[in-house]
Amino acid sequence: MPAIATPLELEQHRPYLLRFALLQLRDRSAAEDAVQETLLAAIQGVSQFAGQSSVRTWLIGILKHKIVDSVRKTSREQPVESFEDRGEDLDAFFSEDGHFAEAPQQWASPERSLEQGRFFEALERCLQALPAKTARAFTMRELMGLETEEICKELRISTSNCWVMLYRARVSLRACLEQTWFLAGSARNG
Amino acid sequence: MALRLSCKEASRLISEGMDRRLSVPERIRLRLHVGICDACTKFSSQVAFLRRALKAYPGPDESDGR
Repeated sequence: MPAIATPLELEQHRPYLLRFALLQLRDRSAAEDAVQETLLAAIQGVSQFAGQSSVRTWLIGILKHKIVDSVRKTSREQPVESFEDRGEDLDAFFSEDGHFAEAPQQWASPERSLEQGRFFEALERCLQALPAKTARAFTMRELMGLETEEICKELRISTSNCWVMLYRARVSLRACLEQTWFLAGSARNG
Repeated sequence: MALRLSCKEASRLISEGMDRRLSVPERIRLRLHVGICDACTKFSSQVAFLRRALKAYPGPDESDGR
């Protein structure tokens, strides 16, 4: 029989959950609220925890729902922006004839980076350098695993805007990680 | 969009292919380009790696030994 997590054990995951929530929400009090609600829900629902996954994975699952609720709330409160995002700023990454301005380089054993805490810190810094809305669309897609249609709805943007934003995020993050992690020697030495 | 894609167009399709189902002509043109383009081959595997990295976020658990 799997051991049931006590409130004290659940509490130990708070810093980890907060880091996850902050990356998505970028707002400390909103992130703290989401984590607080997650821990409360976990304490109330601890008997439903089947022990098939780790406690941490279970908590992240609850947290994702709380984050989506929070995003919904703020996007309702924000005025609708109706600009058409054509991704003009992406031109900097390409030459006029459509080639990469700087061709992607070979990355040394990227999978090994996933075992290094410092890699994720570099990833966070690169995400923080993105425009807020671009980062939000990207983390909703890749961190929360939402479908594009849902992201467009929550952020109140058109589908093509959404694709441009996700494209911008990937192009920028790829270049940023290459410079600050893979070519900086961190991947090999870290 | 011309028959032959530029890297700019190809990388955009690579990205959109992660968010929607590409049409058959799009997939054919993309495959023709990526097949001969080293930069876009790298781009493609690196953005796929980005997806795996975000799935693994916040990374290894270094706070407790379990």
